[in-house]
Amino acid sequence: MKEILKVENVSIKYITGDFKSIGLKEYVMRRLKGNYTVKEFWANKNITFNLEEGDMLGIIGTNGAGKSTLLKAVSGIMRPSEGTIVRHGTIAALLELGSGFDGDLTVKENAYLRGAMLGYTRKFMDETYEQIIEFAELKEFEDRPFKQLSSGMKSRLAFSIASLVRPDILILDEVLSVGDGAFRKKSEAKMKEIINGGATTILVSHSLNQVRSMCSKILWLHKGKQITFGSDVQKICDDYQSFLDGKLKI
Amino acid sequence: MSIVLDLKKNKFLFEELIKRDYKRRYKRTVLGMVWSILSPLLMLTVIAVIFGNFFGRSIEHYIIYLFSGQVIYSYFLEATNEGMLALVSNSSIFTKINVPKYLFLFSKNISALINFGIILVIYFCFIAFEGIVFTWQFLFLLYPVICLILINLGIGLILSALFIFFKDIQYLYRLFTQIVSYGSAIFYSIDILPQHLQALFYCNPIFVCITYFRSIVLHNAVPDLRLHLLLAGYALVLFGIGCWVYKKYNYKFLYYV
Repeated sequence: MKEILKVENVSIKYITGDFKSIGLKEYVMRRLKGNYTVKEFWANKNITFNLEEGDMLGIIGTNGAGKSTLLKAVSGIMRPSEGTIVRHGTIAALLELGSGFDGDLTVKENAYLRGAMLGYTRKFMDETYEQIIEFAELKEFEDRPFKQLSSGMKSRLAFSIASLVRPDILILDEVLSVGDGAFRKKSEAKMKEIINGGATTILVSHSLNQVRSMCSKILWLHKGKQITFGSDVQKICDDYQSFLDGKLKI
Repeated sequence: MSIVLDLKKNKFLFEELIKRDYKRRYKRTVLGMVWSILSPLLMLTVIAVIFGNFFGRSIEHYIIYLFSGQVIYSYFLEATNEGMLALVSNSSIFTKINVPKYLFLFSKNISALINFGIILVIYFCFIAFEGIVFTWQFLFLLYPVICLILINLGIGLILSALFIFFKDIQYLYRLFTQIVSYGSAIFYSIDILPQHLQALFYCNPIFVCITYFRSIVLHNAVPDLRLHLLLAGYALVLFGIGCWVYKKYNYKFLYYV
């Protein structure tokens, strides 16, 4: 099997308490008194895992475990403070789909802009635009300003555009839960189609059932630390469940 | 080099960003794009009425003299002010999607450049109206324009990075541009000042640009080599510093927005 993603000893550090968060006056005061210190906060510490072609990785962990930060590093938005990430192939990250749109532009203009951001070509957008708007069920809204849409509609559009990606590595952060019941079914089917297309996928989900049924490998994070990584999905999920129930201490 | 490759790869995104920035600017206004013509003209009229009496007699073609300064200064002002906000206002995008962040700045600069182009057309109409003859020397005007684009990009790169780390920079910069505006001799001539003060004006790249324009348009004379070198020096140094700042802090922005 071809190795497609290798994450080695990755740590990511946030700094708090520098001049930005305490203001210039306080910064100068503390500098003069000599008690200026910055606090380091490690959102990820020594994360190591690797994925092969066609793998489906589930990342689990409670809020603040460092899941989103890790995904940002894997997708190249952030640079790890320590460690290395090696990717082979194209990568697409679908993080918090609804944000980053422009409220004043029309739905259609926003669709093109988002498509451009995801790396599509104009030709591709021209060809697939009808399909996108059809899938999002927003045909009658296409010339309306984006801000007039409801939040459900916004994420429906975002999902429809994003779901056309055909990357080698696909990163999904809670995007499987988009829209109302009917749309959710449709979007799940679409996602499965992409995954079955052979993409190596990283999935962050709070639904353990989803993880159990879909993933082939699993990474459990807790407060930035790696608890386990392995392919024994059921065992790790069981452990995580009993940790959530308070039966297991880590 | 890599910037050129990136631009090629992101051509579609770049075009869409320019479109967005340009559309958004006048989205909720009644007059729309007319504003980009109307506001510099109104400004010009006001200054011409006020200062025309003071300097109009001693400076030939005073309207053109004034307009040359005004058109360049307002381009500089708009491009850098918009550039300063380019990163912060797009932070919700680049924290979620991996796109080259300088594209946001470049697209703001392009939309300022488009405005500048529109105003230049009117500027040339005024020149024709004043009875000044267009000569081949006018082609040299491309030189200061290119330098000015680089200067604006450089300053934009520096400001947009600084603005992420501390917002006070916008007030400081407002003060700074005010000083630049007086120091650009937009509505007066530096001939009225003592010699040693005149030299000081050449520290201001905007003044140098304006001087270049006036020399060609009003005196039909291509400036000497020194002015060319000075302008090129400003452009390269400012753009260089801008690129360096951007490269250094590129991945730190994320932690502060």
